[in-house]
Amino acid sequence: MGVGIDVEHLNAWYGSTHTLQDINLNIPANHATALIGPSGCGKSTFVRCLNRMHETNPIARATGVVKMGEVDIYMDASPVEIRRRVGMVFQRPNPFPTMSIYDNVASGLKLNGFRNKAILDETVERSLKAAALWEEVKDDLKKKSGASLSGGQQQRMCIARALAVDPEVLLMDEPASALDPVSTSKIEDLIFQLKSQYTIVIVTHNMQQAARVAENTGFFLNGKMVEFSSTDMIFTNPKDKRTEDYITGRFG
Amino acid sequence: MSANPIQNPTPNTEDQGQLRPPMNFQTRRMRANSIWRYVVNNLMTGLAVLSTVLVVAPLVAILVYLIYKGASSLNLDFFTHIPAPVGEVGGGMANSIVGSAIVLVLASSMGIPVGIAAGVYLAEYGRGKTLAMAIRFTADVLNGIPSIVMGIAAYSLIVMRQMHFSAFSGGVALAIMMVPTITRTTEEMLATVPHSIREAALGLGVPKWRTVVSVSLRTASPGIITGCMLAFARVAGETAPLLFTAFGNQFWSFKLNEPIAALPLQIYVYAISPYDEWHRLAWAGALVLILMIMVSVTLVRIYAGRGVLKGAS
Repeated sequence: MGVGIDVEHLNAWYGSTHTLQDINLNIPANHATALIGPSGCGKSTFVRCLNRMHETNPIARATGVVKMGEVDIYMDASPVEIRRRVGMVFQRPNPFPTMSIYDNVASGLKLNGFRNKAILDETVERSLKAAALWEEVKDDLKKKSGASLSGGQQQRMCIARALAVDPEVLLMDEPASALDPVSTSKIEDLIFQLKSQYTIVIVTHNMQQAARVAENTGFFLNGKMVEFSSTDMIFTNPKDKRTEDYITGRFG
Repeated sequence: MSANPIQNPTPNTEDQGQLRPPMNFQTRRMRANSIWRYVVNNLMTGLAVLSTVLVVAPLVAILVYLIYKGASSLNLDFFTHIPAPVGEVGGGMANSIVGSAIVLVLASSMGIPVGIAAGVYLAEYGRGKTLAMAIRFTADVLNGIPSIVMGIAAYSLIVMRQMHFSAFSGGVALAIMMVPTITRTTEEMLATVPHSIREAALGLGVPKWRTVVSVSLRTASPGIITGCMLAFARVAGETAPLLFTAFGNQFWSFKLNEPIAALPLQIYVYAISPYDEWHRLAWAGALVLILMIMVSVTLVRIYAGRGVLKGAS
């Protein structure tokens, strides 16, 4: 089951650039939350702060409180622990090219020293089914490289890989932006199904996508969160003039 | 939809017979251009083929000449007997072949781990650090140092302290020669591993060291293996660093702290001798040396290439 995320006074910097300025936000458990906004507004930085991927860049730093359930992820846990609880799907599919489909999906467990074959088999099957990829790949799980799949299949495999470690939160940084419309709609269906079990945060440039999959939507602009409310409210009755300008296509 | 000008008109009998410009019409200039492109294209392809031949020709020539000169002296004795005393016919280089293998295994077991570890530091941990820059510079300088100097280094570090020549000191001299090549190739190959797949591993909660070993190094392994093989092949034929380290001998020896025979040394000794019989053996030795290098490189390639999956890049 997913957990909610409370973000208080989150600030982040890349070098001297203040990319996130005082973000306060409550992300409810077992819902999909969409983050929209023009390029460079800090959406990606924000989700990368939620699993401490932000700090893998040596010039980046962050301050503030991010609570995942009862756990303050910056105070109470190591980055490695947090990333096991928070799965991440990236903008471009990033399969491990040397690994088979099976090993790709099992990598989160295997690379952490997990060896029980029966449980690995079961986890791989369950994750691939959850990612709606099982039927397409079940015959060459160990024969084909993960990189030999099509772009859309690769992305679903990456989702399966993230699900295999049984996370509570799933972060998706523009998961469909490199995919064709058919694959995109498959990913969206998937998000729709997964959100009953996981807390999902999805960054998207596609406002229809946000409207289709997310209960709540946040609008980011220039490193600040301008508005956060239910998706219906954001798209039909935005409170802030800048949100309205953005969603009606007047800028950005 | 009938207003769509792109749509093909339905075939109409009245249209037939009307003059239309042929589909593949060309002006004279376009034709001249395409001839020019054809000529340039073929010229460039020809130059590329010629360059390939120029690169491969010396290797083939050396191999053919070695076979011509050396093959006749190759027999079972060559691989099973130690050198015969001057004046006696026969004898072989069995001890040199084994000695070379021992020294090369020693050198590889020291040089490859150190070289790869240094390359990993440069690529994964030392980005932008002063120490990394110093190491990189040192490796490049080390790469350009004449091999005899490596021999002197090993001589003064080990041989002078122990007061005797040894297989171990020869291995060290060759290992020092291997390190810079392996370090720089490892670094460059790791740099070609996309950052996105490192992030994929880190994002799954895999610790950094494990990401480096199981993702970065594994992805870069074909290139790193090539680098190791290049370094191996380079030192396998080195004579100068062994002259006053491994030193060479004329009998069986398997001890690491005693002088040991090596093919390049034996070839050198025989080649500068005044005896025709020894000259012939030197040719045979050179042929065996080059074949040994080719076989071991090929074997490693086949072994390392196994288990590559369909569609893996």
